[in-house]
Amino acid sequence: MSMEVLLKEFAEISEHPHRQIQAFKAEGKKVVGVLPYYAPEELVYAAGMVPMGIWGSNKKTISMAKEYCATFYCTIAQLALEMLLDGTLDDLDGLITPTICDTLRPMSQNFRVAMKDKLPCIFLAHPQQRKPAFGLQFTMDQYQHVKGELEKISGNTITDEALRTAIKVYNRNRAARREFVKLAGEHPDVISAVSRSAVLRSAYFMIKDDHTAKLEALNAELKALPHCDWKGKKIVTSGIICDNPKLLQIFDDNKIAIAADDVAHESRMIRVDAAETGDPMMALAQQFADQDYDVLLYDENSMQNRRADFVVKMVKDSGAQGLVLFMQQFCDPEEMEYPYFKKALDAAGIPHIKLGVDQQMRDFGQASTAIQAFADVL
Amino acid sequence: MAKEVSPGVLALRKVVEDVYADARVAKKEGKLVGWSSSKFPCELAEAFGLNVMYPENQAAGIAANRDGEIMCKAAEELGYDNDICGYARISLAYAAGKRASRKFDPETLEYVINPASGRPLKDADGKVVIDPETGKPKKDPKTMQPYTVLDDIYEIEALPETTEKEIAYKNFRREAIKPYRQMRMPQPDFVLCCNNICNCMTKWYENIARMCNVPLIMIDIPYNNTVEVHDSNVAYVRGQFDLAIKQLEELTGKKFDEEKFNEACKNANRTASAWLRVCDYLQYKPAPYSGFDLFNHMADVVTARGRVQAAEAFELLEKDLAEAVKVGKTTTPFPEKYRVMFEGIPCWPKLPNLFKPLKEHGVNVTAVVYAPAFGFVYNNMDEMVRAYYKAPNSVCIEQGVSWREGICKDNKVDGVLVHYNRSCKPWSGYMAEMQRRFTEDLGIPCAGFDGDQADPRNFNEAQYETRVQGLVEAMEANAENKEG
Ligand code: SF4
Ligand code: SF4
Repeated sequence: MSMEVLLKEFAEISEHPHRQIQAFKAEGKKVVGVLPYYAPEELVYAAGMVPMGIWGSNKKTISMAKEYCATFYCTIAQLALEMLLDGTLDDLDGLITPTICDTLRPMSQNFRVAMKDKLPCIFLAHPQQRKPAFGLQFTMDQYQHVKGELEKISGNTITDEALRTAIKVYNRNRAARREFVKLAGEHPDVISAVSRSAVLRSAYFMIKDDHTAKLEALNAELKALPHCDWKGKKIVTSGIICDNPKLLQIFDDNKIAIAADDVAHESRMIRVDAAETGDPMMALAQQFADQDYDVLLYDENSMQNRRADFVVKMVKDSGAQGLVLFMQQFCDPEEMEYPYFKKALDAAGIPHIKLGVDQQMRDFGQASTAIQAFADVL
Repeated sequence: MAKEVSPGVLALRKVVEDVYADARVAKKEGKLVGWSSSKFPCELAEAFGLNVMYPENQAAGIAANRDGEIMCKAAEELGYDNDICGYARISLAYAAGKRASRKFDPETLEYVINPASGRPLKDADGKVVIDPETGKPKKDPKTMQPYTVLDDIYEIEALPETTEKEIAYKNFRREAIKPYRQMRMPQPDFVLCCNNICNCMTKWYENIARMCNVPLIMIDIPYNNTVEVHDSNVAYVRGQFDLAIKQLEELTGKKFDEEKFNEACKNANRTASAWLRVCDYLQYKPAPYSGFDLFNHMADVVTARGRVQAAEAFELLEKDLAEAVKVGKTTTPFPEKYRVMFEGIPCWPKLPNLFKPLKEHGVNVTAVVYAPAFGFVYNNMDEMVRAYYKAPNSVCIEQGVSWREGICKDNKVDGVLVHYNRSCKPWSGYMAEMQRRFTEDLGIPCAGFDGDQADPRNFNEAQYETRVQGLVEAMEANAENKEG
């Protein structure tokens, strides 16, 4: 398949998650919604079901969710609830609700209450002290619970073997996505910011084997390309999510390429693989323990500024000239780490802008002006 | 809320005063002083005889002293978004060295008085004195205050002190920092974080650790989806207690003192039991005091629950209340017509504004969620873990509703006033559903209002008054219906 055809397919899928759910259901598959962050999707796969990532929506408006939520919560959480209430996600067979931030904690209760009798909600609480033995054990206990609930929904027992296979499938997909991120940074002439996002976003709506197959084909095409002599600017993106094509189009219009990212929805979720041998539940717990450099996770060495230093190094290694931070409105974990992030960027002489965003944004005039002005100083 | 102060209340005030004073002395003597989140197991620190201060209480105090806004703004200047919890913002600004201070003239070293400050001057008959020139009430000069300005202790410390003038200036600037205890809390040598009440705590304390370059001891309590606390959760937290003890041993160079630990547990239990009994006095009709007072005493439970003096002070307060009930006295400064539960943390900078319409309508707060949330009693380490697992924002909706409905019934409330607290996402996040349940289960009306516990900019007085009015009307209608 040619590159254009592949990119078009990714774009189609990325823009039509609902169509994907319907297609899976038509094939007789069960579909489980997976909310952010760090839910072990491998378990869903191993149970023979399809995990669907739910990271809010760029097309919906908060209305019914107001029955549960005050206004000062991020749109990611509120729009997930909106789609559960307005019927968009009626075809789901289950929902995994992690609780790693102060918004997702009470929202897990709202999801469960609102979906009572309608949709089984599987609760998941990750530990913050994830590295010591007791933390690993707690993650395993939590995952064991998720596993049991998934088995009830699917009617299948999740065997160690099935889980090991799932881990392999996921490791391979993560590797392909990491490679793609690198290649996209090297070939902005053919991978626009808009299509880069579509490729990464579609992973949340596809069975990973299919996504990997297409992505490996795309990566092969990209690798075969000659070196790109990019005349525009290069930046690193950071934040929870930036998958709105209209917003990303502004980057393309201004010839700003994304060299690498520190975005939760993109690279933060694919940095770490799980071991393919040994006890697979332990492998998943260890994988979570190894997650690092994330505003959502406790840092044992909190006296240092490790996460910011990590991103600074990423900017330097990627050859980017600056960083764009997409600050989700009402996201306190991101907001909390901003001052020290800024400090490290400033100290390293890396220019950055902080763009306040949310998923109900429909007018990008202001963002456009800010991005243009930023491009001029790079 | 002027009223006579009972011996128990005085004793409680002294307990908290002492905690702050002891910490200041300890710091001067070069001993370690720590900062701790409110529901970190203080028993562990007590076992090492450590001086520990509580930034949440400090922030509440700063907000109540009307310095919440200047400190919040200082944090925003440092880059902390104004969406972040007001307590965290105040505390982070403080940790960074920012202080609310009194404006003075650097030449004369005299305070610059703010003409808008102060209370009206009253004559011998208690009548307000009118200024014949302006036609407005005269100000009582004794109550007038200097302008509030922001200062920075690190800037002050960096000032030169070679000439006498420089020394005098530097000293004056040090002294100009507002003198109330929360603005004079020593900087931390270590921090103790338990995120049972919110995850905001995790990054907040990490930020302090980084800012002040001090070690952080972490107890992570993940959110719980069931009323019971599973053994798996207990094992996880037990593991962390053991780790925390090891870290405290390294920090202090001392061994864990089992005896001191048991003593602290005993005191904490005794304080909690007395606290609960004090809370229970709100069951009387009319209540012998206003539930608003509990908000203040909560600071005492938090700051000193491991100290025997706290237990004794609460027991003394309990006696005062028994006496008040016996003679039919109450400290509520109005006749009690309605009884409500106040849901959430109050807006500290706006306490008088919160109180005003309640007083007007004869609404007494006779239930607050802090009562059950801080009144936990345990018998052993595992029970202690379970107790710390159940914090206001770490429990599932069923547990949260059952706590509240329990006190609503026991304390015979007619309605619920819900604070949608902009600062506290975990607390406000499932209140809408809770409101529906209160009304359905208890047949009582609820009214919500928007506010903030620490940042006065987020409180809308007009909306609040309308909502209270609405609640009163609904309670009235309810009462009429009951009478048939
Ligand atoms: S965007 Fe921020 S606040 Fe919202 S769910 Fe994600 S981490 Fe939590
Ligand atoms: S519990 Fe709420 S008010 Fe208290 S520190 Fe956390 S976010 Fe702030």
